[in-house]
Amino acid sequence: MLLFIEQLLNGLQLGVMLFLMSAGLTLVFGIMQVINLAHGSFYMIGAYVAATVAARSGSFLLGMAVALPVAAAVGMTVELTVLRRLYKRDHLDQVLATFGLIFFFNELTRIIWGRQPLFMDIPAWLGGAVELLPGVHYPVYRLAIILVGVLVALFLYLLFSRTRLGMQIRAGASNREMVAALGVNIRLLYTLVFGLGTMLAALAGIMAGPILAVEAGMGESILILTFVVIVIGGIGSVRGALIGALLVGMVDTMGRAFLPDVLRFVFSPATADTLGASLSSMSVYIFMAMVLTFKPAGLFPAHN
Amino acid sequence: MRKIVLSLVILLFSMSGAMAADPVKIGMITTLSTKAGYLGEDIRDGFKLAIDQGQGKLGNIPVELMVEDDGRKPEKGRQIAERFMKRDKAQILTGIVFSNVAMAVVPKIVRSGAFYVSPNAGPSKLAGKGCDKNYFNVAWQNDNLHEAVGQYVTEKKYNNVYLLAPNYPAGKDALAGFKRFYKGKVAGEVYTTLGQSDYAAELASLRAAKPDAVYFFLPGGMGINFIKQYAQAGLNETTPLFGPAFSFDERILKAVGDAAVGVVNGSQWSADLDTPENMAFVAAFRKAYGRTPTLYASQGYDAALLIGSALAAVKGDVSQSDAFRAALEKADFPTVRGAFKFGKNHHPVQDIYVREVIKDEQGNFTNRLLKKVFTDHADAYGPECSMK
Amino acid sequence: MINRKAVINVLGLLIFLLLPPLTQLFGQEYLLSLFSRILIYGLAAASLDLILGYGGMVSLGHAVFMGIGGYSVGILAFHSYESTAFMSWPLLISGTENALLVWPVAVLAAAFFGLVTGAICLRTKGMHFIMITLAFAQMAYYFFVSLSTYGGSDGLSLYNRNTMPLFDLGSDVTFYYLCLGILLVFLLMGHRLMQSHFGRVISGCRENEQRVQVLGFASYRYKLACYTFAAAAAGLAGALLANQGEFVSPGLMHWTKSGEIMVMVLLGGMGTLTGPVLGAATLLLMEDFLAMYTEHWMVILGPFLIVVVLFAKRGLYGLLTGAGGRHD
Repeated sequence: MLLFIEQLLNGLQLGVMLFLMSAGLTLVFGIMQVINLAHGSFYMIGAYVAATVAARSGSFLLGMAVALPVAAAVGMTVELTVLRRLYKRDHLDQVLATFGLIFFFNELTRIIWGRQPLFMDIPAWLGGAVELLPGVHYPVYRLAIILVGVLVALFLYLLFSRTRLGMQIRAGASNREMVAALGVNIRLLYTLVFGLGTMLAALAGIMAGPILAVEAGMGESILILTFVVIVIGGIGSVRGALIGALLVGMVDTMGRAFLPDVLRFVFSPATADTLGASLSSMSVYIFMAMVLTFKPAGLFPAHN
Repeated sequence: MRKIVLSLVILLFSMSGAMAADPVKIGMITTLSTKAGYLGEDIRDGFKLAIDQGQGKLGNIPVELMVEDDGRKPEKGRQIAERFMKRDKAQILTGIVFSNVAMAVVPKIVRSGAFYVSPNAGPSKLAGKGCDKNYFNVAWQNDNLHEAVGQYVTEKKYNNVYLLAPNYPAGKDALAGFKRFYKGKVAGEVYTTLGQSDYAAELASLRAAKPDAVYFFLPGGMGINFIKQYAQAGLNETTPLFGPAFSFDERILKAVGDAAVGVVNGSQWSADLDTPENMAFVAAFRKAYGRTPTLYASQGYDAALLIGSALAAVKGDVSQSDAFRAALEKADFPTVRGAFKFGKNHHPVQDIYVREVIKDEQGNFTNRLLKKVFTDHADAYGPECSMK
Repeated sequence: MINRKAVINVLGLLIFLLLPPLTQLFGQEYLLSLFSRILIYGLAAASLDLILGYGGMVSLGHAVFMGIGGYSVGILAFHSYESTAFMSWPLLISGTENALLVWPVAVLAAAFFGLVTGAICLRTKGMHFIMITLAFAQMAYYFFVSLSTYGGSDGLSLYNRNTMPLFDLGSDVTFYYLCLGILLVFLLMGHRLMQSHFGRVISGCRENEQRVQVLGFASYRYKLACYTFAAAAAGLAGALLANQGEFVSPGLMHWTKSGEIMVMVLLGGMGTLTGPVLGAATLLLMEDFLAMYTEHWMVILGPFLIVVVLFAKRGLYGLLTGAGGRHD
């Protein structure tokens, strides 16, 4: 039972991590209608810059303070030079261009930082574990990730429902020409939204840095899962992304944790281990296929 | 139009490549891109160091090293091998990092009469049923390092070990290799997804199983993730962790930091192995590249020296293939490993050690030799090989 | 002015026809295997173009059909070499290396997988279609990775190519011309098909599916047929690729491979059938070529793709022919 609670927490934490990644992606897709495969590259850039600064200065927070604006700047540069020209084009042109960006950024990090994976540690004040329930020890850092996720969700909710900027963004998404005619600088707005999306990806990368390997290509490992999340949740919906992320996190974690044990009731241990491992690798995809079979537009389709 | 231009350029380029034919050509197919790029980089740098030390010669024969990135893709590796052999007429190939690339490329090379010297990958098939007279492995058979840790863990009287590896052939071979010499109980045997990054679920199950030690094989970034998360979960204070050297080379250690300190791992080589050849190699490598060599670099270096010894025996004429092969079999080269010879399946018979991860006086993370576990250890697949 | 498109096509065909003697003349036979791969990937990309370019069905799981075709060859060859049966119940199926048996099996297996998954995938549209095709491909990928009998992620090595009466597939020249022949037949078939009534319905579905339905066509069935046909062709490409490299591994069906095939289609120009072949040639040649000069070749390839997107709206083929390409 305690193990089950701990695995629930693990699923929640993975889900929050995925939410951080997918919020930015779904935002950019929902508002600008751009499929941005290079989202994972911004995640990687965030982690690399933060790891470098944190290693030099010894401060995790300083690393984060530098990495977020750097990633946003890179993102906005990409928007200004490449993506801006592709808003009116076919989605597939965006796919091809951002695919090119992935190649470029991965190789560029290899040129700048070398092939060596970087080191990034948990800051001392977030180290250690706390006893949540008698017998359930949980790393403080993973709780911090959950907290950051909650804060981001709250921030996005307030941004869209309570601020002028948020209203303009939402209006721009539903009727671009109309908003432009009202005197809102829609191009600037798009650049800002893209910068925000990039920053969210970078934030995910920074938070992941201390628990994962910081290496070139780290973005693609999580990119596909991120797409799975936003498709399950309903493309363009931040709320959908949140729920999709939590569901995917739970399905993945529970599959890995309990599938082999469950299968042992039916099969021999060796078969159960192998079969369980294969099935849990596929669990997320099976889940997505099932969701889309019954709800072809995802769980929470956005307005259009 | 574009097609014409491209094919013309290719033809011209390749002709100019084929003209110069003086030094002996060595083709290195290795992995320089992808996350695993640093493995190929170290093999290449180790190999190059040997050539540079001989001022462009190996075994006093001028050589030309051609290096190309296979991107970890079998079909690309094969393409490069074909080009090296057909266009550049290279008769000696080396460099492949990964077993899956080796399985696709090596049979093709040796069947066409060229030689392949493996500085890393040693899949069981090429050591057993699929062995070949022109295939030599100068690193290890894939299982060797796992076997050494299995033996060590048994000697240390651990009795309830939890096992963890990715769900793919090398992962299953790794755990099979470990169990070949481990005599205690298995507390749990878990296969994870290849390329997985978050291990929270596995760590929770692991803790619940209450093992007295953990053995894992998770190469590359997976290992970095696992070791960090293992320490963050506080497990390194209660349950000792064991692994093969692949997750504890000096470059991975840099990325893992304190989390790996104290972990015991199996290796056929260590930077502090006290032989004159090794001390000279480590110093020269540090001087040339500004970093401590990894076991991959040592394997690349040994591969170059082995090839050099055979080139010297045939005075650079690789077309005397029987003499060249006989010279390779002798393995008469100043290895950085202290002692080295080939078994009849052309795989190493060598000593295997366990090392401990330490933080040295300068604050760098490295390995310290702990114990020699096996002397003249051969792999388990030799009997399946039909050679001699 | 003479039709530029026809000139380009004839020129391209001539180059491919004359390549073997040319490479022999210059002693560069190794290029043949590269160009055989180009032809095979061209076939796969052209088959993807049928559903992606004409039908507007953007699949990110097309490589899975190549994988299934490849594994059909690999598994049957494996059992033939080991002299064991692939299946002994309900009917006995033993291994074989006869191309006339193996290749149709590869095509049928891929088509069957296409039919079953397509029936589910085609319920969705747009981005969801992309992701659900990806999902099935990933499932198949993980299935083959854990299939240890057939090598798992290390893959299966063939001992030699399949056999065929009259043709010696072991000869690189023969194999090259066979690939070229198959590709040409497919291009002609695809072209005829897309000009036909069937093709017009498929294109109609891309433009406006509701209108097609109002006109009384069961658009779903048309699309499913098209999807299955494309899957079958990709299966054949997989069988050829397994023979060309004498090797097959799950890497063949990883999503990055599907991405590469999609990039070939987009780079060459979608909705043209010949464009994707040009795209395959460009991508593979650049990969091979840039890697000879610099280990950081991806830093050049990436921006190249971006430049093509920005400045050649209908892909390279559109750029060359000045016309062709898709609507818009």
